Amino acid sequence: MENFNLLFAILFQLAQLLLVVLLAPLLTGWVNQCQAWLQNRSGAGVLQPYRVLRKLFHKDAVLAHNASWLFRVTPYIVFGCMWLAAAIIPIIAVDLPFSQAADVIALVGVFALARVFIALAAMDIGTSFGTLGARREMLVSFLAEPALLMVLFTASMISHSTQLPRIVDTLAHHQFILYPSLAFAGLAFVIVLLAENARIPVDNPSTHLELTMIHEAMILEYSARHLALIEWASSLKLLAYISIGIALFVPYGIVEVGNWAGLPLAVVILLLKLLCAGAGLAVLETVSAKMRIFRAPEFLGTAFLLAVLGLLIHFLLGA
Amino acid sequence: MQAAGILPLDVAGWLVQFWIALGVAGLLLQRSPQLITRFIFPLSALVSLLLAATGLWALAVPANIMVLPLGLPDLPFHLRLDPLSGFFLILLGGASFGVSLYSAGYFKSMAGGTLGLLCLEYHLFLVGMTLVLLADDAYMFMVAWETMALSSYFLVTTDHYIPDIRKAGYLYLLIAHVGAIAILLCFGVMQSGLGIAAYTFDAMRDAPLTPFWSSVAFLLALFGFGAKAGVLPMHVWLPEAHPAAPSPVSALMSGVMLKTAIYGILRVTFDLLPTQLWWWGVLALGLGLITAVFGVMFAAVQGDMKRLLAYSSIENIGLLLVGIGLTIIFHVYGKDTLAALALIATLYHSLNHAMFKSLLFIGTGSILHATGERNMGRLGGLIHRMPWAAALMLVGVLAISGLPPLNGFVSEWLMLQAFLLSPGLPNNYINMLVPVAAAVIALAAALAAYVMVKFYGVIFLGQPREKALEHAHDAGTWECIGMGWLALACAVLGLAPVMVVGQLDQVSQMLLGTHLGNAANDWVFLAPMDTERASYSPLYFLLAVLGVMLMTSVLVRRFYHGRLRRSPPWDCGFPAQTPRMQDSAEGFGQPIRRIFEPFFQIERDVPSPFDTHPRYHGQTEDRLWYILYLPIKHITEKLAALAGLLQHGRIHLYLTYTFVTLIVLLVFV
Repeated sequence: MENFNLLFAILFQLAQLLLVVLLAPLLTGWVNQCQAWLQNRSGAGVLQPYRVLRKLFHKDAVLAHNASWLFRVTPYIVFGCMWLAAAIIPIIAVDLPFSQAADVIALVGVFALARVFIALAAMDIGTSFGTLGARREMLVSFLAEPALLMVLFTASMISHSTQLPRIVDTLAHHQFILYPSLAFAGLAFVIVLLAENARIPVDNPSTHLELTMIHEAMILEYSARHLALIEWASSLKLLAYISIGIALFVPYGIVEVGNWAGLPLAVVILLLKLLCAGAGLAVLETVSAKMRIFRAPEFLGTAFLLAVLGLLIHFLLGA
Repeated sequence: MQAAGILPLDVAGWLVQFWIALGVAGLLLQRSPQLITRFIFPLSALVSLLLAATGLWALAVPANIMVLPLGLPDLPFHLRLDPLSGFFLILLGGASFGVSLYSAGYFKSMAGGTLGLLCLEYHLFLVGMTLVLLADDAYMFMVAWETMALSSYFLVTTDHYIPDIRKAGYLYLLIAHVGAIAILLCFGVMQSGLGIAAYTFDAMRDAPLTPFWSSVAFLLALFGFGAKAGVLPMHVWLPEAHPAAPSPVSALMSGVMLKTAIYGILRVTFDLLPTQLWWWGVLALGLGLITAVFGVMFAAVQGDMKRLLAYSSIENIGLLLVGIGLTIIFHVYGKDTLAALALIATLYHSLNHAMFKSLLFIGTGSILHATGERNMGRLGGLIHRMPWAAALMLVGVLAISGLPPLNGFVSEWLMLQAFLLSPGLPNNYINMLVPVAAAVIALAAALAAYVMVKFYGVIFLGQPREKALEHAHDAGTWECIGMGWLALACAVLGLAPVMVVGQLDQVSQMLLGTHLGNAANDWVFLAPMDTERASYSPLYFLLAVLGVMLMTSVLVRRFYHGRLRRSPPWDCGFPAQTPRMQDSAEGFGQPIRRIFEPFFQIERDVPSPFDTHPRYHGQTEDRLWYILYLPIKHITEKLAALAGLLQHGRIHLYLTYTFVTLIVLLVFV
């Protein structure tokens, strides 16, 4: 029976691995489509990201003369990190075997690893936009990363564990309690999600304007399959962040490993959650305006403070 | 294990003697610099490796003690090798092995006379640090401490013909001695008036100290060792002395010497003092947090690569102090497992910092040799000219940024776990302090990544900022071997944390009487408390990422193609790209300078728009220098001037002074 359980767990893990990588572009497409509707455009359809990826994979890669090995290997590293990050967050079933290898702190580490590599790659060609993007990205992240860590710590404190499956299990399957600390954490998390995924008001994913771009400035020199992998990784990152949000704040409907009967329902619930999250993201982006780059630290500082407040409230109230 | 009655301490003693012999041989061989670099430094590296092995051995056996027939009459030298010393011997041996191998290549082009002297000083420095770790009485400790300080002073001033370097050396010597006085006083307090009989550490362990005098001793130790480690506000010598010294020496100073100060704090606090008080922990924690944030903030705005690394060392010392503070707090409140966790995180981070900081410092040495430039604003694109150095330095950069799966992340992870598991302390204020401290640690770690992206990106990536960089050459074979060893150490310490923690448990057992163990009972998963609470497996993590990367790469080529062509950079179609359009070191640090502006003393020279030869100049300085050090200097000068009033250089005046003193004394007696 032990062995069967392990086998099931590995099967679940593989299934989620496959699911997230296929689902991620769809989520991006859904967010874009919602934005189009909100802005009274007809939009390109939810499948557009797949078409873009297909087009990019078919093209010849163009590399600057002075691009080094670091530049070429980065898309694979970023893609690998994001894929794994998205795959270990329990969104359908808890007790994924690989999530033992990386708890929430390691998860933040994975995001940091990918970010450092992409910032380094942006500096590799030595163009003005590349270094500008790298600098801004590191600027945004040095406040966003500790804020995310504090959000995760609040949840860890409640469940006495830094293992995501344990956190989800505690929050979802025990009696329903409203945690005031999690409210603060949730607010902080939304800000971090916007900043880390290059969304308005911190960054704009659909701009190529010098004054505003952060993420796009870093990946200007990438083309074809490299660009495709980075775009795909961005989708995976968005999925991963939304998954973290689901796992921490609405962990209901997530099944245990081996519960085949509950699985279809869990998938449906997950899809519903993703639909809502994507639509919410589109609304948030539509109603807010891009802010100046030097307002971003204040915005993120707010997130950091909120997250720390959440943690303190947990200490004070014990909830 | 104990073959034929030989103890680890005996072996360590022989190795120390061998080092002294090597140093003297270097001085004698100064006519043939080739012999020094080819034989003496590699042999010295071998001794380092053996010393590290001895340290590992010492972790497994009980403490050995030895009394040397040396020293003053009735004051023989006492030596002792216990797990704590053993661990720091591993750190010393492991880091100096790489640095000595590197030195075999680095000092190749140095003139014979200077090299002979440097070789002697280098080995005396190593011997001094080793004896600090082995000393078991206050007398021996101070002698070793001073040997270490003086030899490193001479090493720092190797290029003494440059005035700035002499100045840096003076500052270093001054602060080292202010610290040494505090340490001496600390030992004086601990022998608690028992006189000369109580100068051994053994006697101090049993000395009956009241909490008040214990606190005085702790504060003196914190101040004295803090001055050596670069804890705020005694940090000012670090960014001056590290750039002044030759790179291997900077590596040893930053990687190892700062850790002897950490060793000193641990030895005094947990071994020599009978009790600890909770507010010591809070003090160390607070001081550590301030130091860490200060260090990393200043590192972000530096333009000189070695100064940047020096400030980053200040940050890491701050983190270590936070770990020590946390250990004290948990230990006082009887949370033994947590104390062990915090202590192990501290020790682990010491070891990690020794490895990656040494690696980065010697790496800057290779860059300095290849380009003659320490200013990052004149480097760039070196990844093409120095591929080996670039690849090895990348490991160090990722490790120091605290990224998985390398070693910096493991100690950060352990430290954060200690914070996370801390609630339930009886003191409410400390309970509130803990999450805030965790937040500050997280902030410092994230800023460290910013600093390191700047460091690596500006030096190695992009286009070369100067024409001369076209002729830069890669690091030599010995240099690469030295860096390779340290990079390997970073990787192994990162990938096999379970084994390292298993060894560190011995130290924790000795100092705190508890050990941590590994709940997962598995060599792959690190789970310090309980597998349900937290676990981390860098090996699986690495395998998974590599597997996914390989699979992606193969699949992309299989289903599509691997075609590639080269062209000029795109850059939004902007044609005239010059290297000067990249961020300089100052440019990359500008956001940090702007956000944390109140903390810096900034001098700016912004030219007017109509200036035909505009020159922009900006300098960021340390406010503490102006707030704290200059006033002290002025007061000292005033006092000296007052004392000078007594001195006229005329003999009859001095005779009068003597006469008056005699009369006054006669009146009193």
